[in-house]
Amino acid sequence: MRFETAGGPHIPAPITVHQVMRDVLLALVPGILAHLWFFGPGILFQLALAIGAALGFEALMLKLRGARLDLHLHDLTAPVTGALYALCLPPLMPWWAAIIGMFFAIVIAKHLYGGLGNNLFNPAMVGFVVVIVAFPNISTTWVPAQSLAENPLNLIDSFKVIFFGTLPDGLTWDAITGATPLDLIRTRISEGIMLTEIRTDEIFGKYGGKGFEWVSIGYLVGGLYLLYRKVITWHVPVAMLGTVAVLTLPAYAMDPYNNPFPLQHILTGGMVLGAFFIATDPVSGSTTPRGRLIFGLGVAILTLSIRRWGAYPDGVAFSVLLMNCAVPLIDRYTKPRVFGRE
Amino acid sequence: MSGILAFGVLALVLGLVLGLLAQRLRGGDEDQEVVDQIDQLLPQTQCGQCGYPGCRPYAEAIAAGEADINRCPPGGEAGVRALADLLAVEPKPLDPDCGEPAPPMVAVIDETICIGCRLCIQACPVDAILGAPKRMHTVIEAECTGCELCVEPCPVDCISMVEPTPNPQTWRYRKDRLKVRVENRTTA
Amino acid sequence: MDAQLGERLWRFHGGVRLPHEKPMSLAADPEFAGVPPVLVVPLRQHRGDAAEPVVRVGETVNRGQLIGEAHPGRITARVHAPATGVVTAIERREVIHPSGLPELCVEIETRAGGTDEDLPPLDWQTCDRQALIDRIWEAGIVGLGGAVFPTHIKVDPPPETPVDLLIVNGAECEPYIAADETLMRHRPKDVIRGALMVARATGAARTVVAVEDQMGAVEHILRKTERDLGAEDLQIVKVPTIYPEGGERQLIRVLTGKEVPSGGLPLDVGLLSINVGTAVAAYHAVEHGRPLISRMVTVTGRGIRQPGNFEALIGTPVSYLIERAGGYDDDIRKLVMGGPMMGVPLPHDDLPIMKATNALLGLVDYEVTRKAPELPCIRCMACERVCPAQLLPQQLLWYTQQGDFEQVEAHALFDCIECGCCAFACPSQIPLVDYYRYAKSEIRARAVERARAAHARHRHEVREERLEREQERRARRLQKKREKLRDRKAKQAEIQAAIQRSKARRKSGEESDDAL
Repeated sequence: MRFETAGGPHIPAPITVHQVMRDVLLALVPGILAHLWFFGPGILFQLALAIGAALGFEALMLKLRGARLDLHLHDLTAPVTGALYALCLPPLMPWWAAIIGMFFAIVIAKHLYGGLGNNLFNPAMVGFVVVIVAFPNISTTWVPAQSLAENPLNLIDSFKVIFFGTLPDGLTWDAITGATPLDLIRTRISEGIMLTEIRTDEIFGKYGGKGFEWVSIGYLVGGLYLLYRKVITWHVPVAMLGTVAVLTLPAYAMDPYNNPFPLQHILTGGMVLGAFFIATDPVSGSTTPRGRLIFGLGVAILTLSIRRWGAYPDGVAFSVLLMNCAVPLIDRYTKPRVFGRE
Repeated sequence: MSGILAFGVLALVLGLVLGLLAQRLRGGDEDQEVVDQIDQLLPQTQCGQCGYPGCRPYAEAIAAGEADINRCPPGGEAGVRALADLLAVEPKPLDPDCGEPAPPMVAVIDETICIGCRLCIQACPVDAILGAPKRMHTVIEAECTGCELCVEPCPVDCISMVEPTPNPQTWRYRKDRLKVRVENRTTA
Repeated sequence: MDAQLGERLWRFHGGVRLPHEKPMSLAADPEFAGVPPVLVVPLRQHRGDAAEPVVRVGETVNRGQLIGEAHPGRITARVHAPATGVVTAIERREVIHPSGLPELCVEIETRAGGTDEDLPPLDWQTCDRQALIDRIWEAGIVGLGGAVFPTHIKVDPPPETPVDLLIVNGAECEPYIAADETLMRHRPKDVIRGALMVARATGAARTVVAVEDQMGAVEHILRKTERDLGAEDLQIVKVPTIYPEGGERQLIRVLTGKEVPSGGLPLDVGLLSINVGTAVAAYHAVEHGRPLISRMVTVTGRGIRQPGNFEALIGTPVSYLIERAGGYDDDIRKLVMGGPMMGVPLPHDDLPIMKATNALLGLVDYEVTRKAPELPCIRCMACERVCPAQLLPQQLLWYTQQGDFEQVEAHALFDCIECGCCAFACPSQIPLVDYYRYAKSEIRARAVERARAAHARHRHEVREERLEREQERRARRLQKKREKLRDRKAKQAEIQAAIQRSKARRKSGEESDDAL
């Protein structure tokens, strides 16, 4: 009788990449629901567009590279890239933004660097950065939760806006779009207006932007689920959000009129999404426990710097990409102590 | 004007520093050391396939810039890469004129045919053949480098090259299977 | 110190929780597997050098007779005939080893009758330490937990590193394997006495028996036996079941909080650990004079019809033992020597049971089928989280795939214990351990090759020197000859001249003939 002789362990690993990525997609659901509630059905089109484009480009590139389509399309990494990208965009972004973003994310950032597991940079963030650098006004054309409450756009309206750029009768772009809270803070503070006064604007909620804070809390819930499922470790979120709190609290205490409350920093922009879903990307992140702490710390400091002094209202995407560059160096100097060694 | 002057001076100073450093780092005494380092990377089969009478002479020729680094089939592509690495030059494919890389072999004398002529003993570069005139000879497997230099001189054609007896020390774990995976990885 | 031991347990980094699967083979009481018609006894069943055969083909051997003698000063162990019979062959045969390389084996055709050649029993409580150690050597005892290191060396620590604590390792952490648990359940007296005896042999100040918390009644049984035997100074500590708890270094960490230095021995921190089975075998060697000719083997898994634990003679064919366990299930796909994590897969069952064979595990189709095809590493570090050696398995994989073995070594590959936790945690389903084993064998083979190359270089240089010397000598000889020749010519010229002169004289004296 002959037996199979593959090496051990002889019982296979119980988890797969597919399951890990499914967990990530699942963890995005609370955030997406909050998004849907506050910013209308646009996000559904953005998700569909980005995931569709991601899968399309993934299939194309796999075919060009002669790899197995079934294997790699099944691993769900492309849909995760697409979903994270879509969640960074304003919900009424025109349809071609998803195509351009995903082209850069999947084709350039992922496959030209060697495909799954080999990309140096977070693909979703590469796509997003390309789009906001190329079309800088998109960050000011968000749809504020408050204006939507007055002029709700239904599914069909959103579809028309995204695909044809036509607005429902009686509405103007100005009526339904506006600056994001972070953008508003930037411009107003530079005009010398006190933060307390800025915050009286109706686009602000209790801590962050109206709606945005709930979306962030949704991501937080999803992030805790990922921690529970051991898909991510605590290092990056704790380091990132902890650094934000530690750095912004003294600033707020010293000058509350010009420096936002820490929770405002955390609950606006992409901070929570970044902390749990983006900076925790295994492929482009650090691979040592201490390295992940440094990675999170770096992303937080860079993000705060960009928010405070940079040309863009939010900086999570830039910060993540910058820290991606530093990963080989971080990994090199943060090797953990081996058991039984000094 | 002052800019041009400043950069001119800078260029001069830096050029001087670089030149001096280059002088220091390329000392004349280190030639021997380079030969040693090259020799360390050669497989020491002493087979002469490179066209030199042994590994050391080949190392000297490489160090002197007279020979290319791709003339050693027993060292294989890995050997060429190691040499390229050491000498900071581009690796290149093995020179087919020198022979094909082959798995390491050892010589075996068919002792029923051997006439004891001593010709193989004279040919062996590492004294791995034992024997006396008119007595049959034998190869000490542990000492044989597989250079094949003994095969040709034998007048009765009693020497053949065989695969060495496998032993746990030189056995490689599932190399064949994993290599396939590594290659898949580069295309997948 | 004694009171503290076991009160506080430490944790080791990583590890995985695995299904227990042990009750499967524990349902029935252990049995003697019987004497098979033919035994094939390998002469290297232990770490180190093979034993030398001391019997000849055709010779009749008795049960317990020495058939493989070992060199006392080396790392090696003796081998004995497991049953009475006739030696029918001494040749290289395939044995259980990942390499599949053949080893010298003694084949014995067993037959009934004959006498036992046991060693004279010793009283372990009164005889001196050296006698115990000598007996362990004579009986060919080796570590039965898997490493098969010769026990006589282990229990004889050098005087500068005395044993503070002896750990008798009953934490059999791999799923399915229950050979040690069987001994503790059914022969608790032998376990306790064995532990005390080994403690005496090593001169250990304290002794602890470690059992797993999932072993249920085992702890109770041992405690009761301990009381019955009046051996209260022996401690029994329950440790949490988390793989690879039974690894020597991990168990030491859990019990004492100490880390055995990388590349060092437990002795470096005053510890010695020995497997339960080894302690029992050593005890039998002393108390009954029985050499190590049989061991407890768990035959289990869903691929085996009637799992159980068997006392099997060394050299018993695997197929024979499987028959004793009811044969194979139809769905069996893999047969493993050892556990599902670290076991050696067997290509077929025509192989002999060895001293290291703690279990035969039959795994069926659905148990061994991968959940998904292998994907590239996504650097998720699930492997890092479970690695008990605190390595970076992902980096090791990367550098192994690149063939950068310098970096592989710099990332402490040789601290890897090949426990398989990383591969078990990998969502990309990468057989990481295969890569590490390959890298280790490659690095070792390269070191051997380098040594060979250095050796060849040396021999070549010596030869060149000799040739040069010979040439010089020949040249000198030639020179001398030439000189001599010249000398001779000169001499001859002189002689000729003298002859000429005398001739001339003679000629002048008398009219000579031309005959001269």
